[in-house]
Amino acid sequence: MSKVGVFVCHCGRNIAHTVDIKKVLESIKDYEDVVHVEDSMYMCSEPGQTIIKEAIKKHDLDRVVVAACSKDMHEDTFRIVTKEAGLNQYLTEMANIREQCSWVHENKEKATEKTIKIIESTIEKVKRNQALEPYNVPVTRKALVIGGGIAGIQAALDIADAGYQVTLVEKDSTIGGKMAQLAETFPTLDCSQCILTPKMVAVGRHPNIQLLTNSEVENVDGYVGSFKVKIKKKPRYVIEEKCTICDDCVHVCPVIVHDEYNAGLSPRKAIYIAFPQAVPASYIIDPSTCLGIDPLICAKCKEVCDPKAIDFDMKAEFIEEEFGAIVVATGYSVYPYERIGEYGYGNIHNVVSGLEFERLLSANGPTQGVIRRPSDGNIPKIVVFIHCAGSRDPAKHLPYCSKICCMYATKHAMQYKHLVHDGVAINFYIDVRTAGKDYEEFYKRAAEEENVIYIRGKVSELLQDGEKVLIRGVNTLTSESIELHADMVVLATGLLPSEGTQEISNILKLSCDSKGFVKEAHPKLKPVETVISGVFVAGTASGPKDIPEAVAQASGAAAKAETILSSDFLERDPVIAEIDDLTCGICHTCIHVCPYGAIYYDENQNKVLVNEALCEGCGSCAAACPSGSIELRNSTYESISASIKALLRV
Amino acid sequence: MMKKINLAIALGATCAGCDVAILDLNEKILEVFDLVEFKFWPTAMDFKLDDLKKLKDKEVDVGIYHGAIRTTEDAKIAKILRQKSKVVVAFGACANFGGIPSLANMPFEQDMFDLVYKDVPSMDNPENTVPLTSVKINDVELTLPGILENADALEEVIDVDYFVPGCPPMVPLIEQVVEVLKLYANTGKLPPKGSVIAGTKTLCEECGRTKPEKISFKEFISPQEVDEMDPDLCLLPQGILCLGPATRAGCDGLCTKMNVGCRGCLGPTDKVKDHGLKMISALTSLLEVEIEEEMTEEELDKIVDKIPDPLGTFYRFTYGKSLIYKLHSEEELI
Repeated sequence: MSKVGVFVCHCGRNIAHTVDIKKVLESIKDYEDVVHVEDSMYMCSEPGQTIIKEAIKKHDLDRVVVAACSKDMHEDTFRIVTKEAGLNQYLTEMANIREQCSWVHENKEKATEKTIKIIESTIEKVKRNQALEPYNVPVTRKALVIGGGIAGIQAALDIADAGYQVTLVEKDSTIGGKMAQLAETFPTLDCSQCILTPKMVAVGRHPNIQLLTNSEVENVDGYVGSFKVKIKKKPRYVIEEKCTICDDCVHVCPVIVHDEYNAGLSPRKAIYIAFPQAVPASYIIDPSTCLGIDPLICAKCKEVCDPKAIDFDMKAEFIEEEFGAIVVATGYSVYPYERIGEYGYGNIHNVVSGLEFERLLSANGPTQGVIRRPSDGNIPKIVVFIHCAGSRDPAKHLPYCSKICCMYATKHAMQYKHLVHDGVAINFYIDVRTAGKDYEEFYKRAAEEENVIYIRGKVSELLQDGEKVLIRGVNTLTSESIELHADMVVLATGLLPSEGTQEISNILKLSCDSKGFVKEAHPKLKPVETVISGVFVAGTASGPKDIPEAVAQASGAAAKAETILSSDFLERDPVIAEIDDLTCGICHTCIHVCPYGAIYYDENQNKVLVNEALCEGCGSCAAACPSGSIELRNSTYESISASIKALLRV
Repeated sequence: MMKKINLAIALGATCAGCDVAILDLNEKILEVFDLVEFKFWPTAMDFKLDDLKKLKDKEVDVGIYHGAIRTTEDAKIAKILRQKSKVVVAFGACANFGGIPSLANMPFEQDMFDLVYKDVPSMDNPENTVPLTSVKINDVELTLPGILENADALEEVIDVDYFVPGCPPMVPLIEQVVEVLKLYANTGKLPPKGSVIAGTKTLCEECGRTKPEKISFKEFISPQEVDEMDPDLCLLPQGILCLGPATRAGCDGLCTKMNVGCRGCLGPTDKVKDHGLKMISALTSLLEVEIEEEMTEEELDKIVDKIPDPLGTFYRFTYGKSLIYKLHSEEELI
């Protein structure tokens, strides 16, 4: 025999407008086991909470139902209220009479009836609830940041500044990511390197940051508070501490390959440093092209290296460490224009990607900041910038808007005008999207002050025509078809999830959206959390973003990680799945269904077990379990049946 | 000297496979004869219903009933058995869940008699003769029991003490029943009421095939469509529909050992009310689970459509206890 108290919220007019609260109270007060009913204008307000607390004490309530909004909104609020009144917080349930009733109905009489049913059903559930206690999992007070672009750098610095140990893992030889390749940034035209490199240096010097470049995360086990991570540190073949960056080795190296840092527009040697400000400041040998990995063929660099920094026998190291929280900042890759047939499949020499143009604009780029076209090195006099190249084209390419291309194409056009004063810059656009601080002003400045030409329309075809590129398109404002010749075409290509993002998603069992970007736990309210507790996402790994957004998100992810690292123990919700061994036939259905990897088969015990720290209590396994052996605490078959029966009662 | 147990074996809508299964005890049947005094077993011995009726109430120690309740006669016999027996055992899938006869409870668009006696392609019935409950021949009225609207499990008609599922119950299970009878004869003790004499877990427990850590499948195929069956691997990842994960253990994997998917004759575990629904829930949870979100409803439907006769597949033996049947028959839902 329970003593249930029911508290009904008006939510201003949100509920009361469509639900006759008085009638609800009248009806519910006679329901079996209900000893107290009360209403409030705003149950979540301080006075509303006091009503509940006092009623629990006065009427010695042992179960509480709050009929108000969604659990997502205020379950925590009312659990805390219950706890403060001395009752176990899991003996409180919320009846959702707003989102699931008043907001979706107009007929007051029927909505009132439904409200009564919802409350009765919740009473049946709460009567069957067990008192539960949250349990503690220990926390390793260290964070892992995966990806050393601007987002990863910012997250690592923030966490390290807060006083926690951070390991930053970067796949490439240096941190810096894509931002290190940019010339200037919109809308301020700050030199990208100038604002990035101080942060890179700070990472290299920070006493709390362990920097592992040329390294990859191989495997992650465990759960929030104690992720067991295996990191592969690939051999650099150059001892970082000994290398003085004298560049003697570079001169003798006989192998010449495309330089990735310059988007393949310039050569580099097999022993190289990505760019002068690289962190760590050390050369690296690219083992796929170096001849000297077999020193019998070539060891020229080793011969000339004074500080004896070159070691061909270096082997991959495996580092195994525990971390309390993980930030994924694995960034993006650029949509390959080789996939765009109408723009020549990458075969037209003077059609380049946005990133290639960035390098041409860059003072430390292949042309030292002089715009020269790839075919003959001449300075182009007419440059066409094509927005949405491979974007917003669900039939053939990316369906989505990559968010930054309008702005970077505008920036390119403006920078080009700054460098080639008599040049003509023409932008073909679908819409110019300038949603950002000072972005619209930047676009206006380009169009109105800097004489950048904007044509609304899509370019349908690019063709090589002698020395020039023939552009066929349409001006959709005047409905005229356009044919013009340009010296050079820059494609504002969209953003794709990087390969690393895909790999890490698999390793961490993160959910990804249909495009392959990491899915947030909630697109609006949990933008830096992932479905895996303790794993956060920052920067373009979760979708296209500009730099300020990536940095803000990184700080957000860092703050989230810090909340986990801030104590030795983590409180976990005890509402999780339980397996009954008596009926479990070990069919393995649940193991695959679990989105959190929380269920596993233990060979020694010959049992299927739930990892309490990983289980998020979603109930997928309970629904799927063919033998009915899995139940969610406080959502047992019995209690769900009782709730449904109450709903169906006539 | 132990007292012999009075045993009665009655039957309703049944194929009598359950009787044969009892005889399959082979030499162990001799132990049964030492143990029991048959008071009623019309299939095997010369008994008439009157022999059962003549007994005093509760004179039978153990009354076994197999078959579904399909006719008024079945219901009558069940009630008499209950009256004469101290404990009643529902024996076999039909008595436990309605069994195959209960598949006829599906909501047909036409009268079941018309379907069975006139419209099925194999029927040649030019005079449209259908069974009647009474007919007069030479002024003599002959009667037959009436058919009930639905075929039900025994429990729907009388109180049942023990359950032995299976189609038919396998010899090891019947041997367990013999052990129970022995214990009863020697000590007068019985298992708790409501006990199911079979495993508590599911078939996967005893099937012996190896299960991959993660089970998933892309399509359903029939065993004959498989190019090369892996004799040791779980059938589900090979695309063969197997109700084993949802079905009570106790048969020692008779079908799965023969590369045939479990058909579910032992019914669900104690925890599950609707056998077929639970299996559907499990299968659809696993189907292309990795890429499910990227697939369209149509693509998923296409795979599911390959399951022949879903109702007959998932409810072959348990339709009489299913929620859809109860919903149809407007009984209490849960």
